[in-house]
Amino acid sequence: MRFVTVSGPPSSGKTSIILKTLAHLRQDDSKVGVVKFDCLATEDDELYRKHGIPVRKGLAGALCPDHYFVSNVQECVQWGLEQGLDLLVSESAGLCNRCSPHIRQVTAVCVIDNLSGIGTPKKIGPMLKAADQVVITKGDIVSQAEREVFAARVHLVNPKARILHVNGITGQGSFELSTLWNAGEETATVEGKTLRFSMPAALCSYCLGETRIGAAYQMGNVRKMDLQAGKEVGDDA
Amino acid sequence: MLETLDRLTVAELLARWPFVSQFLAEHGIEVGDDQSLTVADALSKGGAAGSLNATLSGLSDFISEMEQFLGTDEDTIREITILGGRDKSGQPEPVAEITVKVGEVICLVGPTGSGKSRLLADIEWVAQGDTPTGRSIRLNGQVPDGKWRTSSEHKLVAQLSQNMNFVMDLTVLEFLKLHAESRQVADPEQKIQHIGEWANKLAGEPFTLDTPVTSLSGGQSRALMIADTAVLSRSPVVLIDEIENAGIDRQEALSILIQQEKIVLMATHDPILALLGDRRVVLRNGAMNMVVAPSEAEHANLEQLRQLDARLMSLRHRLRQGERLDEI
Repeated sequence: MRFVTVSGPPSSGKTSIILKTLAHLRQDDSKVGVVKFDCLATEDDELYRKHGIPVRKGLAGALCPDHYFVSNVQECVQWGLEQGLDLLVSESAGLCNRCSPHIRQVTAVCVIDNLSGIGTPKKIGPMLKAADQVVITKGDIVSQAEREVFAARVHLVNPKARILHVNGITGQGSFELSTLWNAGEETATVEGKTLRFSMPAALCSYCLGETRIGAAYQMGNVRKMDLQAGKEVGDDA
Repeated sequence: MLETLDRLTVAELLARWPFVSQFLAEHGIEVGDDQSLTVADALSKGGAAGSLNATLSGLSDFISEMEQFLGTDEDTIREITILGGRDKSGQPEPVAEITVKVGEVICLVGPTGSGKSRLLADIEWVAQGDTPTGRSIRLNGQVPDGKWRTSSEHKLVAQLSQNMNFVMDLTVLEFLKLHAESRQVADPEQKIQHIGEWANKLAGEPFTLDTPVTSLSGGQSRALMIADTAVLSRSPVVLIDEIENAGIDRQEALSILIQQEKIVLMATHDPILALLGDRRVVLRNGAMNMVVAPSEAEHANLEQLRQLDARLMSLRHRLRQGERLDEI
């Protein structure tokens, strides 16, 4: 089975891109399935079901969505194998820009849209930087110049990635994306494989459910901004 | 390059660098003149002002500047060939082969779902029999280099459509600078001036370079997009999805793209635009069904269509002025 991890900021078009791309693979009688990860709620699983695609959803709830993803991904791969899938896609929504669900030796895709502003490629971080394929959406509504500038910025952030322009509405470019997904490595298990980028450090009192604000309630892995220096700590991250 | 340039014949020079025709015209050589002369002879004969060497070195600079702008020599696309595949029912495509050269305008006509997007996608992906249509693309008659598919610097197709808008919060000047930087072009200031002039020529209502791009009118935006794509985009193929019939000189827009050595594919059902094309490809059931060249009669009708168009425009203008259309 081939496994593809898809990530991207909210509303960038991940679900549309996945649906359009999987449609081409299904035409060739490939069996495909999706696991959708989100934070609090999602109805995308219904959308996949409506298209006749086997789907499972995982809601992180109170947990960090990235930690939740990595704690469950091996079981998801197992589910895909049991379903006899040729290709399994994991769709991760609601990730913070600090994070990426991408795994070594597993096709990694980041979906990002032209409307999000040219500063965005730099801001997104590892989910873009560590991707093998960057899919740029909503190119049909911005000018050619903005598309070129945006793609150039993506290229600066991740020079190794294949950059594809895919239209989530008409599906233009999705056939081409499907050929890349089909060419990925076989994944029998992700047990023992490693993340391309470490998950965020955690374990302060807020991770454990604290809601009150103030130094007296803060314990564990806490870091303070240096407001006097006029430069945010972590600016260099 | 200087040593060899003067020994080439004018015909050889033009075949290799079609854009030099402008330069030659500036120096007294018309393309219609005897092309079997060597460049040096033709220049002397043409009575070029100043010394022959200065003109030749100017020509050499002009060529290298243009090449830099158009990409390196090997990247210069002179023609694209589409080898037909099959239609949606799996039947062989009626048009088995079509070659389009730079400076040509090809119109794509056909109902929604007839395969216009797929044709474009085949070109963009440089299909090699590996897309649902089974088409293959040749560049300059050759099987293309893989970089056309993989590199973000080498995109075959630039697109312009009616739905497109500027979304950046920048002035025209800042915007063009940003685009020029991302393309790393030589002499950006001059190119930006050029784009500004051309865009103003295309748009009926003038605008300055310090106007925010988001406050341009529809016609001004389209004019800027076309001028910018002509000058700053490296993609040799420009796909246009209609050009609206207001606030922009459409014929001039096409001629600017042609001057910049673009291959123009235009999806249109506007009779005037369709007749401005050199040929039109009729799409049906996912296939190129036939290729039609405008007939003499069609060309003759173009003038009449223009008059009809002008009348409609004047009626619009009257409505805008608050007039009644009791008499038209």
